[in-house]
Amino acid sequence: MKYLIRAVIFGFVGYVAGVALTLAIRGGHPTDEVAVVIGFIFALTGWLAGIGGLEAFGRQWIGKTPQLSEDVTWRRYFQFSGDHKVIGIQYGVTLFVVLLIGGVISMIMRVELAAPGMSIVSLDEFNKLMSMHGILMVAVAVAGIIGAFGNYIIPIQIGAADMAFPRINAVSFWLVPPVAIGLLCAPLLGSFDAGWTSYAPLSVVNDSGQILFNMAIITFGLSSILGGLNIIVTVITMRAPGMTWGRLPIFTWAGFATAILSFSITQFLAGSLVLVTMDRVAGTNFFGPDGGTSLLYQHIFWFYSHPAVYIMVLPGFGVILELVTTFARKPLFAYKATVGALFAIVGLSVSVWAHHMFTSGMANFLHGPFMIMTEAISIPTGVIFLAIIGTLWQGKLWFRTPLVMAFGWLFTFMIGGITGIFLADVAVDIHLHDTYFVVAHFHYTIVGGAIFALLAAFFYWFPKITGRMYNDTLGKVFAIWVTIAFNLTFMPLFWAGINGMNRRVGDYPDAYANANRFASIAAFFLGASFLLFVGNMVWSAFKGPKAGANPWNARTLEWQISSPPSHHNFLSQPVVVGHPYDYGAGDAPHVVFPDAEGPADGTHTEEGPV
Amino acid sequence: MSTETVHSGFRPDMSVVARANRIGLWLFLVSETFLFGAFLSARYFSSGTLKPDELNQGFALALTIILLLSSISAYLAETAMRYNHRRKFIFFMSLTIGMGLLFLVGVGTEISEAIHLYPPETQYGTSYFMLIGLHAFHVVTGLTALGIALFLGIKGHFSSDDYWGVEGVVKYWHFVDLAWVIIYPTLYLF
Repeated sequence: MKYLIRAVIFGFVGYVAGVALTLAIRGGHPTDEVAVVIGFIFALTGWLAGIGGLEAFGRQWIGKTPQLSEDVTWRRYFQFSGDHKVIGIQYGVTLFVVLLIGGVISMIMRVELAAPGMSIVSLDEFNKLMSMHGILMVAVAVAGIIGAFGNYIIPIQIGAADMAFPRINAVSFWLVPPVAIGLLCAPLLGSFDAGWTSYAPLSVVNDSGQILFNMAIITFGLSSILGGLNIIVTVITMRAPGMTWGRLPIFTWAGFATAILSFSITQFLAGSLVLVTMDRVAGTNFFGPDGGTSLLYQHIFWFYSHPAVYIMVLPGFGVILELVTTFARKPLFAYKATVGALFAIVGLSVSVWAHHMFTSGMANFLHGPFMIMTEAISIPTGVIFLAIIGTLWQGKLWFRTPLVMAFGWLFTFMIGGITGIFLADVAVDIHLHDTYFVVAHFHYTIVGGAIFALLAAFFYWFPKITGRMYNDTLGKVFAIWVTIAFNLTFMPLFWAGINGMNRRVGDYPDAYANANRFASIAAFFLGASFLLFVGNMVWSAFKGPKAGANPWNARTLEWQISSPPSHHNFLSQPVVVGHPYDYGAGDAPHVVFPDAEGPADGTHTEEGPV
Repeated sequence: MSTETVHSGFRPDMSVVARANRIGLWLFLVSETFLFGAFLSARYFSSGTLKPDELNQGFALALTIILLLSSISAYLAETAMRYNHRRKFIFFMSLTIGMGLLFLVGVGTEISEAIHLYPPETQYGTSYFMLIGLHAFHVVTGLTALGIALFLGIKGHFSSDDYWGVEGVVKYWHFVDLAWVIIYPTLYLF
């Protein structure tokens, strides 16, 4: 805890120093936006130095040996640890808390929307709640699977002892708490009401809370970039002997594809917010009248933010593919085509961004190409669905909680995908743009694609990470409950959207009252399901029965070692000798441990043969 | 600029570390290219190739030449360390940092004039200050990194077997120069 306290103190001192420095140079008020920006940068530096950057980087810069936390007690979760397993858990817990905060905000919004007219919040407050809900949930969706399970599982799946750059990995996590603090402190400066998209020029002229949003999200972008870079380098350089590209587990492939997107195009999100920040504090004029243009913001922003939905769902594809092959006890259908499809999505995703802008007034000749590219991306997505269904087809399905959750994912994301075709189509989109149809569509894709997959990943890897098993019956009840409740909540919103109900507004005409009342009641049904999930998982993490090394009888590397894994993952060098998904192929092993004591038949674990 | 410690319990292979460092740095530079790409495309999108007549062309050309020369001396510093010529390394590294600082002072002078000739509110000024500011920020971080490498070199760190710290910062410095080679014509020539 010592380091955390030091980080908080350094961060606070940094903020005060930054603000004081700004006031000394240019005068003004401590809540001026320039002062806040400089203060935030100083605070971030102080925070990173305090949490352990001084030891991990500073020592090296003055010629000493760098140090990382080597603590093995619970305190390591509050320290600058380079252990990818610690960082994965830090990500998972932090983002799950953020998910719950975002969920509570959405409950407040649904109460307000339960009936026409304003009841518990004002229209202005609704916009601010909506913006906060949006950005928190986007952050969870972007970093949830790849941050928590990407960090924890990918190095083990490729047979590495850790990530390639443990210190940079630690930085990428420890950048996240300042993001959350920055966003949650924004109400002190009047919060932000421009939505998570923060379209300029509204985001240039609204309350000062927007500046904290900008700084926080730029920081979050940096975290994504460093995290993505680390995963790419790890997969390229740290694979165990025999782990050829053709034998890479599909979750690792998905994480790798995601990392390629997140390390590169995230710069465009940071870029767009830097431009907004400069318009606010440095007097530039990118988006204002007299020479500025709001289309510029939309182009730069969506060049990141459309591919960002693939940053959210690609790891989800990886999770679902990984667990259907385990629970169908069959080889993964069309492994190579699936990998190809993942990269086809990566490639196509950067050519579709302007489909968000059909009604923005961009040149008409751009509409056709962006429509075609957007619809083309459903082909590789279809290949992935085909792979999932092909794997399930005639499999000997083993209905445990992860598989039930995967079925929920399959149904929900399919609806999200199909409704996306309507929004890609120019003629239909002009009617549906900015309606609740869009709200329902992206909740079906992001919750269905990313959050459900995140939940499935929790259920799948929970026994590996904690070493204990959750209550499977309660898990199945939750999986079915959350799927039904989610569909009840968002299905009526398609109807409201088709009939023209505007999104982002806290009030609506009486005609939409029934659909909204239904959705609000269902939303509480949905929210309540998470109490069951949290209760089940938290109780089981401490009191659940021991899970053993390989409760799912899976073949990939992470299941061949003890649960939870030892400090450097493997006690002896794993050697990969076969494909990871040859279920039902007799004794053909995926991995052997030639140097290990005990039988070298691929069933070696640190607890002895299974 | 660092030799990352890969805690590999069973495979302490330095060639893996070196390879990871190189790939990591190159990927970081690719990522940075996207950032510069975003700002460059913002410049062309919002103001095309518009530029005022008051630009000080001779001065900008001089700045460009200084920065390009600093890249050459950075390269010589890296080569010197590769052959264990520490004194040569210190000389060329100091020369690089000196030219970098000169460039920074020159940019400062340019900005102090530009702020009156085409202030940030104007269409050209908007793009100008954005790109110059972004680049100057990278020059500052690059000089800091070069400074740390020089300091460690003077203290006797690095050798022909282990000069990744030098190689890394010098590559970053080349990247900063390359960015200027694209920003310079964007703002002054086209």
